[in-house]
Formats: sequence, structure tokens, C-alpha cells
Amino acid sequence: MQHHRTTLLLRGMRDTLPLILAAIPFGILFGAAAISQGLSVFTTMAMSLFVYAGASQFIAVTLLASSTALPVILMTVFIVNLRHMLYSAALMPQVSKLKQWMRIPLAFWLTDETFAVVSHRDMAQPDAPGWATYYLGSALAMYGNWIFCTWVGMTIGQQIPDMTTWGLDIALIVAFVAIVVPALRKRADWACALTAAVVAVLCFDWPNQTGLLFAALSAIGVGLLLDRTTTSDAGQQHV
Amino acid sequence: MSNTLFIMGMVALTFIPRYVPFLLAGKISLPHWAKRALHYVPIAVLTAIVAQASLIHQGVVQIDLNNHHLLAAMVAFFVSLTTRHMFFTILMGLLSFLLARWLL
Repeated sequence: MQHHRTTLLLRGMRDTLPLILAAIPFGILFGAAAISQGLSVFTTMAMSLFVYAGASQFIAVTLLASSTALPVILMTVFIVNLRHMLYSAALMPQVSKLKQWMRIPLAFWLTDETFAVVSHRDMAQPDAPGWATYYLGSALAMYGNWIFCTWVGMTIGQQIPDMTTWGLDIALIVAFVAIVVPALRKRADWACALTAAVVAVLCFDWPNQTGLLFAALSAIGVGLLLDRTTTSDAGQQHV
Repeated sequence: MSNTLFIMGMVALTFIPRYVPFLLAGKISLPHWAKRALHYVPIAVLTAIVAQASLIHQGVVQIDLNNHHLLAAMVAFFVSLTTRHMFFTILMGLLSFLLARWLL
């Protein structure tokens, strides 16, 4: 049992590796940017340790530097994080089997990356045991990496080149493609993906990632609509 | 507002949207359409992220051979479509990206 748990934990970490690679430049950039904007070492590290949300942290640093009013920053942070409510909702069937206390750390560690990896496993092997352990492996790898990269950025960020121009985010792109494509089975799935891509590009310049959220909601709507049409057609055939 | 208070605010506003559905899981029963909608969440959000990350460069839509991210994403798309193999797809995507950088 103990051995099995370790294996699951390591598997969660391993499956997250390409996404970790893509996150490294941003963790380092965050640490370096926060310090150069005049945030203290304590505040910078506290954000990575306790907020742990890349986009929110960048927005906070940018807006603090432009001396935006703090309530406005907080509102922006909230809006950026609404996307994660969709993730959290999508995981409800699995989470309903877990004890309440466990849901707190798992929610705290919910990121785009861990959601992607975990939902891929759910699609490939539904009802596989050890869901929480696998999730935890992915989450701890992301969290550890984020904190380490923040520290690297704070300490030697000014001396090393800006890695965000190296294009390492390609690892995230191809990993997400590898996760999404096998999930496209029905016509409604394809329509959903197509809508998401088109709307996301049309709305890319909307502020605070609202274009992303709008694209996702429209795509879910399209999927649902076609899904309904198909099921009611099937229903009629049975009659 | 002190720094500590500000960070606590950020913690709360980041955590709450992630936690509320987890808290309610198993306690409320979702209507049928909502359960169906959840199936589309990974497809919708991950595709939207990929589309923005691969098609938009420095604030403009870039569809040409100089967009190596897009080229690699297309390769990954076709490899995944034919093999459905995650590791192989990622490997081919990364290799095509390096190749594009080197050749183009």
C-alpha cells in the first residue's frame, strides 16, 4: 500500500514535468520583477507560498508598481481566478469522495497545470484508485518548483537572462494539445474546442484574462447545445 | 491597508473560487445540464489557453512559418490525432519546435 502510494505520487509528478518546465521562466521572472518593483523579500515569498497563483501574482506586482488602488487590485485578482472555479466544479465528482479536510489543501494547489494532468487521467482511466495521491504528486511538484523559482528570481534574477523569451512555454502548449485531442470524441467535443479556439483569439486583448473565461464559457455553451440536440435526436429515434 | 492585510485579501480571493465547488461536492446535487457542462470544461479551457499561447505573439495574431509555437502545436495536434499517445505527442511537439528554430 505504501509502495503503491509512492508510485502514484511520483506518477503525478512525472506527468506534470513538461508543465513544470514551462513554468520555470515565469517563476524566476516573478521573483525578479517583484524585487525590482520594490517588494520586500518577505512579501514576494509570501505571495508564492500563500497566494500561489501565477497570474494573480504578476497582476498584483504590476498594479502595485503603477500604484493602483488596493481594492481594485483585489477585484482584478478575483476575476482572474474565476476560471479556476470551472476547474474546481469539473472535479466535483471525484472530490465528493474525499474527506472535507483534504479538500482544503487540494483546492489551494489547484492550477491550470494540475487540472490538465488530473483531468487527463480521469478521461483515460475513470475511477482509477488513488485520485487524491496522484493529484497531490502533481500539485506538490508544481508548488515546490514555483517556490524554488521565485527564490532563484529574487536572489539571482537580475544576473541571469530573461528565460521567458526562450519559448519554453511550448512545453505547456504541446502538453495541453496531447491532453485535449484524445478527449475529442463526439461532434459536440470538436465544436466545443473549435469555439474555444476562435473566441479565445478574437478576445485575446480583453483585460485580466476575461477573454479566456469568455471563450471557455461560450465553448461550454456550444458543447452543451449540440450535446442536447444529439441526445434529443437519439431519444426521438427510440420513440 | 497594510501589506499583510493585502496579501491575506489576495489569499482569500484566490482560494475561494477554487474551494467553494470542492466544499459543496457531494453535498448538493447538480442539475442534469450542469453535469453535462462539466464534461466540456477541460476541452474548453485548455483549448482556449493553447489557442492564445500559440497564435498570439507580442500582442498580435501571427499565422505564418515564423510562428514556431504554432508549427509545433500543429505537429502535436496531428501526432495526437493519429497516435493518441501523450508522451510521444509531447516529444514530437518539442522536437518540431527545436527543428523549426534551427531551420527556419
